[in-house]
Amino acid sequence: MADAVLSHTLSPVETAGRREARTAWLLASPAILLMILFIVLPTVAVIVLGFTDFELGYGTFRFVGLENYHELMSDRTFRKSLWNTTVYTSIVTPVSIALGLGIALLIESEPRGRSFFRTVYFLPVASLLVAMATVWQYLFHPSIGPLNTFLALFGIPGPNWLGASSTVLYGLSIIGIWQSVGFNMVLFLAGLTAIPRELYSAAEIDGAKSSLDRFRLVTWPMLGPTTLFVTTISVINSVKVFETVKTLTEGGPNKASEMLLFTIYQEGFVYLKVGYASAMTVVFLAILVVLMALQYWFLDRKVHYT
Amino acid sequence: MSVFSLRHIEKSFGGNAILKGVSLEAEAGEFIALVGPSGCGKSTLLRIVAGLDHADAGEIRIGNREVSQLRAADRDIAMVFQSYALYPHLTAGQNIAVPLAMRKLSGAQRLPFIGGILPGQRQICSDIQRQVHAMAVSLKIDHLLDRKPGQMSGGQRQRVALARAMVRNPSVFLMDEPLSNLDANLRVHARGEIVELHRRAGVPTLYVTHDQSEALSMADRVAVMIGGNLLQLATPQTIYDDPSHIEVARFVGQPRINLLPGQRDAQGLVEFGGLRLSASPDTVGTGVTLGVRPEFVSIRAEGEGALAARVERLEFLGSEVIVFAKLAGIGETMLAKVTPAQARGLVAGQMIGLELDPSRVMLFAENGHRLPVEPLTAQLRETVHG
Repeated sequence: MADAVLSHTLSPVETAGRREARTAWLLASPAILLMILFIVLPTVAVIVLGFTDFELGYGTFRFVGLENYHELMSDRTFRKSLWNTTVYTSIVTPVSIALGLGIALLIESEPRGRSFFRTVYFLPVASLLVAMATVWQYLFHPSIGPLNTFLALFGIPGPNWLGASSTVLYGLSIIGIWQSVGFNMVLFLAGLTAIPRELYSAAEIDGAKSSLDRFRLVTWPMLGPTTLFVTTISVINSVKVFETVKTLTEGGPNKASEMLLFTIYQEGFVYLKVGYASAMTVVFLAILVVLMALQYWFLDRKVHYT
Repeated sequence: MSVFSLRHIEKSFGGNAILKGVSLEAEAGEFIALVGPSGCGKSTLLRIVAGLDHADAGEIRIGNREVSQLRAADRDIAMVFQSYALYPHLTAGQNIAVPLAMRKLSGAQRLPFIGGILPGQRQICSDIQRQVHAMAVSLKIDHLLDRKPGQMSGGQRQRVALARAMVRNPSVFLMDEPLSNLDANLRVHARGEIVELHRRAGVPTLYVTHDQSEALSMADRVAVMIGGNLLQLATPQTIYDDPSHIEVARFVGQPRINLLPGQRDAQGLVEFGGLRLSASPDTVGTGVTLGVRPEFVSIRAEGEGALAARVERLEFLGSEVIVFAKLAGIGETMLAKVTPAQARGLVAGQMIGLELDPSRVMLFAENGHRLPVEPLTAQLRETVHG
């Protein structure tokens, strides 16, 4: 009979468990609420708007199904900007990672002036890109710019960096690299200081005589998690390039520097075609998600976490 | 024949002298323990021998080569680190293979993918695999070869580190406190294993430790380093029974040696606790320190024995009892190591008499050096009162 009573009422342990669960939900609810409000809802809104013909200023909109996506596929501007973004990312990401790692290794190996160099290389990250764009415009200026003056010293006729469709993407890439090297360097520096010194001693005794040998045996594998993180951040940052495009080229000349985010901005905020811009954003998000998933799927198995 | 020697090694960091002219010589197959309190420079010395640090002065010879200008990789040494320093991204087998691969394969042959198609690479790799496996079998870690360091226990990691050091048959073996990261039981067990491995391999070994019982129990000879000086290099027995310096006497021995202040007269005679000792009068200073190990202090009833003392506390250690007793005269606490039978009935606060074995009393001069001593008379039955 006692058993029957117990099976119907909650045991003290169960009550305590439920109370704990209730408290947990209560404590987590502000964060959950904010995440729904600021992350989930806007994303859902963009996805929904992507299926409509909503234009800013009009009171009504109707669902058009996949029409926007259909239009995207034949939109030359969008395809051009997708291609340009791919080229830009595949230049900026590897170069800024390699340079960031190289500079971090140089700074780490020389104790003198370490904080000076760290600060100098980090300055571009902290500076406002829109403001620095003016400086770059001067540097890249076809006739009075120092870059072309320098090239002229060697008899090389400098191109019209930001004005010619054949070079504008490389010009923007140089600025992109300049801006992200410092950030990558700081992340690599943090990764380098976490490597135990004794591993280098062991490597030296085990016969890793050259610094390249020690890099291959210790530094590179131990930096695995850092490199994975830096790669992720770099890809996201270069896909998101916008300020330089907006301030220096406006996507020109002849759409040679159209980039995804700039195209979305144009459609959404200049032509006010919110529905169409939303569809682009969904594609943009999908590309990022797929990239990140692939990256983690491929690299995570090769990376060693201590 | 000395297979390994250090001469007048000096090293200072920022004007701070860490090593003040250390010399040492090892015979073939000898196991030398370098022991001293932390900060005495023993690890720095080991790193200098390894080639990871460079001495300001002095020479290092391995075999018949002067190696102080050579890189660590060229010195033909192997080292076991305190943290083991295993490469965490490599399996145990790969870790053990590293010293072989680094020496036998060229840089190109070690490249992933490309290395595999280069001529000779396959042959060398299978040779390396065979050696790694043989080494692993002899250390009983062949079942661990596919595991990464993170998946192994401390004791297993330590064996892998040993295997990595031994696989190449170096001419000198360096160990930097390899047992200090193990728990107490495992440590005692691992001591025996390392000694056994050393006996089998016959490679001269320099073993750094701060644990004097490790040094005394494992080494053929013990080098005691204190404050950047190598004070004594001798067999464990000599280090314990016949320390050449007061610091050596103080550092070695558990429980610690009893050290008591004394005075020496013009003839070099020292009287203390009913003892009359004759020390050579030619050294400077009249102050001396008497040293006597706790096992040579025996307990008498109150009023008997040469020194009156009050029992402060007793430490029961199973096979023996340590009696802490404060001397009535000078207030120093003396330690006596006695059998439980001899300590029976003793309680804290009780007055007892203490007697020192005259043949076992050592004298140290004011500068710390040992003075030759001769007991003139056997125990004089008198009690010292302050």
